[in-house]
Amino acid sequence: MYGLILLFIPSVFALLALFSGKSAKSVALAGAVLQLAFTVFAFYSLSSTAEFSFSTPWISSLGISFSLGQDAISLVLVFLTNILVPLIILSSFSGRPYSDNANFYALVLFMQTALIGVFSAMDCFLFYIFWEAALIPVYFIAAIWGGEDHIKITFKFFIYTIFGSLFMLLGIIMLYLQTPAPHSFAFADLANVQISSLVEGTIFGFFLLAFAIKMPIFPLHTWQPDTYTISPTPGTMLLSGIMLKMGIFGIIRWIIPIFPFAFNDWNFWLVTISVVGIIYASIIAIQQKDFKRLVAFSSIAHVGLISAGLFTGTLEGVQGAVIQMFNHGINVVGLFFILEIISQRTNSREIFSLGGIVHTAPKLAICFVIIMLGSVALPLTNGFAGEFLLLLGVYKYNMWLGAVAGLTIILGAVYSLRMYKNVMLGEANQTTQNFKDLTITEMAVLMPICAIVIILGLFPNLILSFTEPVSQQIVSYLAENSYAISGLLK
Amino acid sequence: MLELVWLIPVLPLLGFLINGIGYKVLPKSAVAIIGSSTIFGSFAIVISLFLGIINGTMPITTINFYDFITVGNFNIPFSFLIDELSVLMMLIITGVGFLIHIYSAGYMHDDEGFNKFFAYLNLFIFFMLLLVLGSNYVIMFIGWEGVGLCSYLLIGFWFKNNAYNDAAKKAFIINRVGDLGFLLGMFLIAINFGSLEFATVFDIAKGLSPDVLGVTALTGITILLFIGATGKSAQLPLYTWLPDAMAGPTPVSALIHAATMVTAGIYMIARSNILFTLAPVTMGIIAVVGICTALFAATIGLFQNDIKKVLAYSTVSQLGYMFLALGVGSFTGALFHVMTHAFFKALLFLGAGSVIHGMSGEQDIRSMGGLRSKMPITFATFLIGTIAIAGIPPFAGFFSKDEILAKAFEVSPILWVLGVLGAMFTAFYMFRLLFLTFFGTFRGTHEQEHHVHESPINMTVPLIVLAILSIIGGFFNVPNVLGGSSNLGNYLKPIFENSMLIAESGVHALSHETEYMLMAISVSAALISIIVAYIIYMSKKIVPAADSVENSFVSNLVYNKYFVDELYNNVITKPLDVLSTTFYKIVEKSGIDGIVNGLGRLTIGTSKYLRLAQTGNTGGYVLMMVFGLVIIILFGLFIKI
Repeated sequence: MYGLILLFIPSVFALLALFSGKSAKSVALAGAVLQLAFTVFAFYSLSSTAEFSFSTPWISSLGISFSLGQDAISLVLVFLTNILVPLIILSSFSGRPYSDNANFYALVLFMQTALIGVFSAMDCFLFYIFWEAALIPVYFIAAIWGGEDHIKITFKFFIYTIFGSLFMLLGIIMLYLQTPAPHSFAFADLANVQISSLVEGTIFGFFLLAFAIKMPIFPLHTWQPDTYTISPTPGTMLLSGIMLKMGIFGIIRWIIPIFPFAFNDWNFWLVTISVVGIIYASIIAIQQKDFKRLVAFSSIAHVGLISAGLFTGTLEGVQGAVIQMFNHGINVVGLFFILEIISQRTNSREIFSLGGIVHTAPKLAICFVIIMLGSVALPLTNGFAGEFLLLLGVYKYNMWLGAVAGLTIILGAVYSLRMYKNVMLGEANQTTQNFKDLTITEMAVLMPICAIVIILGLFPNLILSFTEPVSQQIVSYLAENSYAISGLLK
Repeated sequence: MLELVWLIPVLPLLGFLINGIGYKVLPKSAVAIIGSSTIFGSFAIVISLFLGIINGTMPITTINFYDFITVGNFNIPFSFLIDELSVLMMLIITGVGFLIHIYSAGYMHDDEGFNKFFAYLNLFIFFMLLLVLGSNYVIMFIGWEGVGLCSYLLIGFWFKNNAYNDAAKKAFIINRVGDLGFLLGMFLIAINFGSLEFATVFDIAKGLSPDVLGVTALTGITILLFIGATGKSAQLPLYTWLPDAMAGPTPVSALIHAATMVTAGIYMIARSNILFTLAPVTMGIIAVVGICTALFAATIGLFQNDIKKVLAYSTVSQLGYMFLALGVGSFTGALFHVMTHAFFKALLFLGAGSVIHGMSGEQDIRSMGGLRSKMPITFATFLIGTIAIAGIPPFAGFFSKDEILAKAFEVSPILWVLGVLGAMFTAFYMFRLLFLTFFGTFRGTHEQEHHVHESPINMTVPLIVLAILSIIGGFFNVPNVLGGSSNLGNYLKPIFENSMLIAESGVHALSHETEYMLMAISVSAALISIIVAYIIYMSKKIVPAADSVENSFVSNLVYNKYFVDELYNNVITKPLDVLSTTFYKIVEKSGIDGIVNGLGRLTIGTSKYLRLAQTGNTGGYVLMMVFGLVIIILFGLFIKI
């Protein structure tokens, strides 16, 4: 039941916002805060995650039910969504073309509904609907308020992701037809379906294509840097902070339980390609001149490490992926917001045209440093535990891949410090000499982010111990369902 | 006392938070008092721990605070280990750290970033204490990376200057190269030992014998850890950041880049001594890298004209001696030298800072001279530091260097010969520095000459204290052969006991006669160097030529630090930039994205032709429909899904 309420609060407020004209932003913020408050309340008042679930027949003739459910991992992502959305709304409050636009806030809240839906759906058909529904608001946000070339770039983004999704739809239908009649889309039925390894491999590929484009995994990533760069910053935050986790979550929720054999079959190549992606994107980030594009490439590298760890199927890798999904969301939203503040005040995203901002904006500088350290995974910031576990997982899986993936800690420092140095340090120039420090509203966004960076840096077990049982299940399930053990049975 | 242990790192952290948050409102005097007194508080607690240990009233303890990272059975607690080694390191960190805080209050007095400087210094001490307090490799790694961060912040402290910012960035990145080695070493330990706790890992290792255990695994682990150590402790080939790090304010060079942080690598290896002793291959590598670094850096030091650069290369060189000590199995010798070096190198750097302060920022020794009479306290203390580092008895450096060289001779006389050669270079460049700075006539501008003054009392008192320590520091570990009782060796015995047992079998102790002989040779070698330096710079009054003068090939090569920076620049930095651009412009834009866009264009192109099939002619449609049906039927006949 609680799951249903979480789905409804943002959509109700989205409608309210749509019709409340100038005060839309306050309505939207109120909705997002209420949603967060309710999440916290639900989390503390419930004894087990089972109580989040909700199920009712929907289109029974086709075996479709409206069924929601959450385990610890989806709850972490629900939390991430509900923490980030109010911050994203608050961050859009002033000075931008969309700041007073009711449609904008309605779109953000609709997006939140869809995201919660993706993280909660226990029926594959429902999942697919939410999956596509999440694309629409962010597409409009990028297409309406985007920067240079936005029509072309958002079109490419839309087609690219739809292309992947349609394969997934095909896979869902194929899978559905394999369930015993009357067919069903329910998660439990799909996970129990008996299929030949060839069919399993094919459908696995279809699902993976959709998820890999969304994350994105190298080499399916080329829509991402352009889209992140031209999208208005709230759009970029939604895309990078939350939406890409849909892909990673999809692998955890749908691919591993349904296609464990194919997952085990292919994981070496998937880990390898992820590691290639880490290095490739990190190296490209080094020479980027537009800071938004730089962070976009760094995000590909970070996601590459998350997927590499997840694909290893080791406990360290899975737990690392879960905690890092959360931390990456927090850090990347913080970074994009700081860059938005800087580009808003200087009209520039070119790192070489800036410099010396630290003289007049020490508060901004402190927040920037803290979040950047989180993103380069310095110990006692949130990035460390995740990166440590992910690299340990990859290293356990294959020593050489682990060592190559480890280069990320060097390359990450190279591009991050280069950006920080050129933007913030040195002498101020004409563009930056009158730079104003953070306003109260901006502080209200950045303080919680910095607090999370440090708190989770000190106590990563807050998340790790919460998701450990589920991750344990995943890992042992994968170990039991491998051709290496039961190849003859299938 | 144990219930106060948590305060040791927390006090400096509090100092950081108070000074960091209040940096705009607090007056400088309050900041200096808060910054220094927190360190003194930690120092007092450490002293009481130390007394407890030597009196035998304080047991060796691990203090658990909470579980930091837990995955399955693999648990990393946030916990501290209080034993002889960590307490010794903390004494150095908080003791020398406290003196440098006091000194900074005078040195940085007119700097607008005074408050920020103290906040950073306290943060540094916090991380450095974590580094040595951790009871497992992960906590050590937290401190390890944390001090790297503080070093970054402090090297680039004067952030208006982009060259300084580059130096800071370089230090952080090169350190991260080493950190990757450390990280991978930890992974290998975790996989092979199932834990990262020192106690657990070393207990298992102790039971292994060199023949049975997976030799490759231990060799791998120790080489990876050693790579980590070469980054932090500035050894070949990762030393290049340290000389550039002199961009930071001079107290930073004294504290971080001489006395404490750079010795972290030595601490790490000494802490893991049992693993290293079981990996003789690694030990050999460490000894060779150590002696090579010691010589290599010393030769560069011979030709430098920047007072801080000379000391920087000297630090690299002295760290090389410490690694030589580790490599030949003299863990006590390494830590002894860490300690004496902390005294005399901090003294020399602070003395250099005092000179720079008096000379209004001048660092080139060619523009100094004759400062002896104008800065008597600085001169006297600097002289003591110089004698100590040159290895003249009975000053501190003599004892620690002698212990290392004697042990090196036991392992291989070649190492000893090279070590003595390095010691000759050391004595030469240090006295060259001393003569050029404090003797002869003043060579700077008139304004400078008019302005030169002795430093204020809060700067000279730390100099005097460190000078005293540089004189008596050696007596903490007088060897048996000189009638002492190796106090430090006995104190640290529990830490190195197991390694000693393993190593003992192959080593034959030197006779007293041989030891006297070795000492006599190394001391006379140093004296000869000093005399040569005296002849060149005092009798002949030679001043190094200005940079514009053409030099011979060799001296040019050495003066330019063997062009190692240029080499790295051309072999690593530039190719990486080119690779980045190539990946972006060619692989990304034309390659991968080219294919994606090509597919898009293909679709549009195909539709351009396919739409021509939509003729509106019914006959054509019917024909196509028939074809379609035929295909479906054939498909159904021959292929069963």
